[in-house]
Amino acid sequence: MDFINAILVLLNYTIVPALTYGSQLALGAIFVTLIYGILRFANFATGDMMSFGTMFAVLLTYYFQSLGINLGIFPTALITIPFATFMMILYMLSIDKFVFEYYRIKKSPPVQLAMVSVGVMFVTQAIIRIIIGPADRTFLDGQKFILKASEFKEMTGLSEGLTIKSTQAITLVVTMIVVSIMFWFLNRTKTGTSMRAYSDNEDLALLSGIDPKRVVLITWIIAGILATIGGILYGLDKSYKPFVYFNNMLPIFAAAIVGGIGNPFGAFLGGYVIAFSEIFLTYAYKKFFTYILPEALEPNSMIQLLSTDYKFAVSFSILVIVLLFRPSGIFKGKTL
Amino acid sequence: MKQYTNVITAYLIMFMLIILVGIFQSWSLALTILNYCLISAVMTIGANIQWGYAGLINFGIMGYTALGGLAVVLVSVAPVGEAWRVGGLNIMICLGVIIGMVFSIRFSLKKIEKSKKRNYLIAAIIVIGILLLRLISAPAIESIEAVEPAKTGFLGGLGLPVLFSWIAGAFLAAGLAFVVGKIALGLRADYLAIATLLIAEIVVSIIKHEDWLARGVKNVIGLKRPAPYEINLQQTPWFIDLVEKFHSGKLALINSVSEKQEVLNQLVINASSIYVKLCFTGLFLTVVVILLIVTQKALYSPWGRMMRAIRDNEEAAGAMGKNVVKQHLLIFILGSAIVGIAGAMMVTNDGLFTPGSYRPMRYTFVIWVMVIVGGTGNNFGAILGGFFVWFLWVEAAPIALFIINLFTSHLPETNEIRVHLINSAPYFRFLMIGIGLLVIMRFRPQGILPEKIIKN
Repeated sequence: MDFINAILVLLNYTIVPALTYGSQLALGAIFVTLIYGILRFANFATGDMMSFGTMFAVLLTYYFQSLGINLGIFPTALITIPFATFMMILYMLSIDKFVFEYYRIKKSPPVQLAMVSVGVMFVTQAIIRIIIGPADRTFLDGQKFILKASEFKEMTGLSEGLTIKSTQAITLVVTMIVVSIMFWFLNRTKTGTSMRAYSDNEDLALLSGIDPKRVVLITWIIAGILATIGGILYGLDKSYKPFVYFNNMLPIFAAAIVGGIGNPFGAFLGGYVIAFSEIFLTYAYKKFFTYILPEALEPNSMIQLLSTDYKFAVSFSILVIVLLFRPSGIFKGKTL
Repeated sequence: MKQYTNVITAYLIMFMLIILVGIFQSWSLALTILNYCLISAVMTIGANIQWGYAGLINFGIMGYTALGGLAVVLVSVAPVGEAWRVGGLNIMICLGVIIGMVFSIRFSLKKIEKSKKRNYLIAAIIVIGILLLRLISAPAIESIEAVEPAKTGFLGGLGLPVLFSWIAGAFLAAGLAFVVGKIALGLRADYLAIATLLIAEIVVSIIKHEDWLARGVKNVIGLKRPAPYEINLQQTPWFIDLVEKFHSGKLALINSVSEKQEVLNQLVINASSIYVKLCFTGLFLTVVVILLIVTQKALYSPWGRMMRAIRDNEEAAGAMGKNVVKQHLLIFILGSAIVGIAGAMMVTNDGLFTPGSYRPMRYTFVIWVMVIVGGTGNNFGAILGGFFVWFLWVEAAPIALFIINLFTSHLPETNEIRVHLINSAPYFRFLMIGIGLLVIMRFRPQGILPEKIIKN
């Protein structure tokens, strides 16, 4: 019985949150990796672009709520996904048209494009703050929990409860759907193949008649979908605050590089690697060990490897270690 | 002379702008802006050495700035005797353990052949070292932080004059740059950018959360100053005389004695704050001028030519027998040290150390915008960029407010859009700086004052 309780503690406080957070990071990381693989630059506006899409979801949620439209037990934000994604894609395409296209045609070095993306980051942040302000907002409605700790305890008679928030379930389901459609698209359709070809060798791809404009357009569309959905899921699970989204860029970058930048599947797994290591290294295992060890050996300290203040530092350290020993990432980068 | 006309005009316009602030807003504000411009200029000199001379991307400027700030606390604050008594020894032992770890790892890297066994050995050293550190430091940290937590709760510093901390800041930053450079300089440009950005975050999060070191987010206030305090100045006779002489014409117009005294008091209070700021301006200006002379000399020396050669064609420079790796590391350390000085200057100017305020937006990306807008590879350009972008950063809100009022003047006072826009005026600074950067990168990629190569 104690053993099951111990497992439940782990599930409740580490595995389920890590899976959720990992999915949110994974979506962002695939976004970074796509832009890096096909458009060939590190996009420093990543976090703010995700924030931009989420902002529309927040505003539309408020609007729908005022109209009385809702999805019952599901959050209203789910209906807003198509609209927010549309706005996001529109914004990305216009940014590409007015800013990035010029450098792409001139074949500027990636560093210059990265610098330009810093400019885009500033502008996007300004637009977001002017429209919605820097405040912390929650836009989650509908049913909050699928499984409450108290209900679970009653059901099973165990002393440890299991809580599953509806946002956690939604995050996992939506991520799985989006990611599998995306991989199907990249690997099985003709357009997807042409994108991979373009990423592998631009000159050869052009030679075989692939239209670069179309590839870029589709890349931005997929990027827009990933960014918006990733942002909305994060916002539903935690809350929407522009500054936090900007900061999220850092673990997302870490996930993309750990997974091998340019490799979407690597980025997907990288998100979970980062999330799991962040949470496992900063979780206090005291409760877990009190269940699993005999009473004499019970720990009296927190058994925490690192304080939770260092959550971000963990992912960055992993990144630095990966860069040192395997700069191409765990799953070999640069093959889309 | 002709080749300098651009530089001179650009600087004249910049000073005109600051003087305009003095006339229309206040002289005190103008001097505050000027001081921060000078600090930004030091930062841009540092960033320009790395990016302009050598083409190295360092997105970790925030980390070095924070270390410079930390140096001010560690050097100038008086030591907290009680804290040293309860935990100083353990902290010192920890330092010893860290040094021991580093040396034993270096030793095993050098002496033992590359093998699985060596990897296990290094891993074991690290794990045992961390466990030892946890065991030794945990009680010490707890007892140090318990010493008057509202006022101290940290080890304090050395109690030396604050100006020493500027040098100490340079050394701290250089030390970090050495480690970072060893780790990350081999990476490709954009990887290097991301790696340095993340390492800076790690540094700041350590400073934020290790309360025994510098009180963390509880901030250290009331730091020493290299300039007199306003309160003392207001009671010094020579200063009051000076103010009286300076404003004698204005004071002569007032007849009643008591009224005269009141006006004089007000003038003395204003003048004291301006005097203190002028002291800082003098100090900062000295630093900027010294750095400018040194970097200019370096740029046109054989060493500077070699750096440009490395930047423009690494392979060719390597083939000519230049040690690219070593030079990259050297320039990375030099640039970071200069940024460290700027960090220390800034904390000295503010008189307080607030680790929570170090954010990549303000301390990394804005500095980069300064370098790129001003002119990469040109020290005068970089400094001008520091001045101009900082000026815009401060004055963007008033400018935005003015423009908003202009365009919405036909709307009623209570119009929702107008109120919303006026409330979000501070955020227009991001917009202006972002658009400024994009425009410069598109139409004048070398910056306002481009790099000039003088051939003699």
